[in-house]
Amino acid sequence: MKFIDEFRDKDLAKGLLQNIEKTSTRPVQLMEVCGTHTVSIFRYGIRGLLPEHVKLLSGPGCPVCVTPNQDIDLAIALSRQKDVMIVTFGDMMKVPGSTSSLQKEKAEGKDIRIIYSSLEAIRIAQKNPDKKVIFLAIGFETTSPTIAVAILRSKEEKIKNLFFLNSQKRIPPALYALLQSEKLNVDGFILPGHVSAILGITPYQFIAKDFGRPAVITGFEPLDILQGVWMLIRQIEEGRAVIDNQYGRIVQENGNPLAMQKIDEVFVHDHAQWRGLGTIPDSGYRFKELYAEMDAANFDVEVEPPREHPQCLCGEVLQGIKTPVECRLFKTACHPENPIGPCMVSMEGTCHAYFKFS
Amino acid sequence: MPDDKILLAHGSGGKLSHDLIQQLFLPRFSNPFLQPLDDSARITNQTGPIAFTTDSYVVNPLFFPGGDIGRLAVCGTVNDLSMIGAIPAFLSLSLIIEEGFPISDLKRIVSSIFDAAEEANVQIVTGDTKVVEHGAADKLFINTAGIGWVKAGIHLSGMNAKPGDRILLSGPLGDHELTILSQREGFQFQGDLKSDCAPLNDLVGKMIEFSPSIRCMRDPTRGGLATTLNEIASKSNVGMVVEEEKIPVRESARGICELLGLDPLYLANEGKLAAICPPGEVERLLGVMRGHPLGKDSQIIGRVIEEHPKKVVLHTLIGGHRILDMLTGSQYPRIC
Repeated sequence: MKFIDEFRDKDLAKGLLQNIEKTSTRPVQLMEVCGTHTVSIFRYGIRGLLPEHVKLLSGPGCPVCVTPNQDIDLAIALSRQKDVMIVTFGDMMKVPGSTSSLQKEKAEGKDIRIIYSSLEAIRIAQKNPDKKVIFLAIGFETTSPTIAVAILRSKEEKIKNLFFLNSQKRIPPALYALLQSEKLNVDGFILPGHVSAILGITPYQFIAKDFGRPAVITGFEPLDILQGVWMLIRQIEEGRAVIDNQYGRIVQENGNPLAMQKIDEVFVHDHAQWRGLGTIPDSGYRFKELYAEMDAANFDVEVEPPREHPQCLCGEVLQGIKTPVECRLFKTACHPENPIGPCMVSMEGTCHAYFKFS
Repeated sequence: MPDDKILLAHGSGGKLSHDLIQQLFLPRFSNPFLQPLDDSARITNQTGPIAFTTDSYVVNPLFFPGGDIGRLAVCGTVNDLSMIGAIPAFLSLSLIIEEGFPISDLKRIVSSIFDAAEEANVQIVTGDTKVVEHGAADKLFINTAGIGWVKAGIHLSGMNAKPGDRILLSGPLGDHELTILSQREGFQFQGDLKSDCAPLNDLVGKMIEFSPSIRCMRDPTRGGLATTLNEIASKSNVGMVVEEEKIPVRESARGICELLGLDPLYLANEGKLAAICPPGEVERLLGVMRGHPLGKDSQIIGRVIEEHPKKVVLHTLIGGHRILDMLTGSQYPRIC
């Protein structure tokens, strides 16, 4: 396939691996922030190809995984309201809340539907005028522009029965919080390609300037990842710390200003609750006054107090402090058919990737 | 018969039921086993083992590029019989129809069942029709059971794989599931993609004729090739190594997989088979498979090994390796 096979070439991969081996002289721990990277790394068996002292850790870049229980509980409580229909990306269905999940609620007859784009929510709201349609707005900077556009269009078309349960997150503030943690043992970051296509390079500068760590914005094909790793190792070996861009074919220096503008039109930055990381300033969004009528948080529902499984290590896994195999629940009580923590639910979750591929 | 909608009375056993059978089914399915319309069909006694299987079909949508629920209901059961080396002979056909179902659609499906049965050289010898209230079933469900004859000396089983054996695959993966998926609301993929739904008994017959020592065959339907190979590895207590670069996937299918993040190794097929055979016969068997229209893209994709029993390891495109596990969960129900 054009422009895909080229990035999966065995000989080129071999060359990059030789470069990594030649360049790397000391043990390093690199964090791939994004869940799509985690999946690609497992899918192509990249860990096993790298020198033993080059370790890859998974970070907090799976939107489903960092959604806290309280948000899922709220979605479940909303689904139990009269005349409410929940529309959501499929990943959210199985995520366990404190005592239930959307999948279980659907089986009990609640109106919950899977969609594949935020604009589909508008069509569904138009087709079901007697329902209050609530879209579960989760995702990072890659998804937020599409959610903002859906909100703008909904306003434009004067749709009165579409609401958004906002649980969106921003990546740079989460990295900032992570870097402030004393437990973090990471020598460099593989930065998410698609999030960066929106953000550009500038929002990451603090990683190098304030914390002296190198980082490389990296694509998702195996050769992208190998090259990203090599670029990181070169920086580390040379004692440099800058934000490099391996994914230049997609990521522009200033990102996608139009997409950013759509987000800014609808939302302002606000603190957000992350699973495992707690409340992080500026790491989420709040509706601007003009669009607040579409905020599903305005619904008056009683939500159960959030409860998490005391042995679940998703929080530590999301910070790269623990690996899934260190969790007592992994592969015993917790598996993809019966996930206890969200990292086992999403295809991009670290526990799911460990379960499936190793 | 009013050319309109199926009514509850069509399933009542009375006049309308009778009309439905006489006018819609019998003209297409007439054969000496069905013709007496007794409560059971009398079929000729055979010596040797008899293969017997059943499957229900609930696919949504009912019509899709490359087939429909009728064709699927024949091919699925024919293929299940074929995978143990049986020669499919007779099918039963049971329909559960939702009240209000268009009779024109039913005619199309019956016609497709007939065509597929003819293609697979099987006879439909008994059947049943039920109609349920609106909302009690989604349009149409079909069950078929099948009987086939197993020739002396043929014993294909998932327990037979031995270290050293080779793994063959009869063609590109994923066409059926991706076709169904692309017909669902929300996806508007264009291209040449269509379901691979086809009866494999002719291909299997030729393979067995040329290579009677084939250890086992499976059609990788739900759960895909990855699940199928895991089942065989587990039953035979052997390990397997599969080469990713040898696994055929059509361009259009790959495109959709890339877009949606799907792995073709886990997608359902309805006209493909994986076979395990002793190493000495693999090249000849590959030739036989490639000589058949349903196996022209066949590949040798891997081998059976003694190491890591019950585990399948994939050698990836870039030279890495990973465990190829069974499918866990699925977001896309009712694909067959």
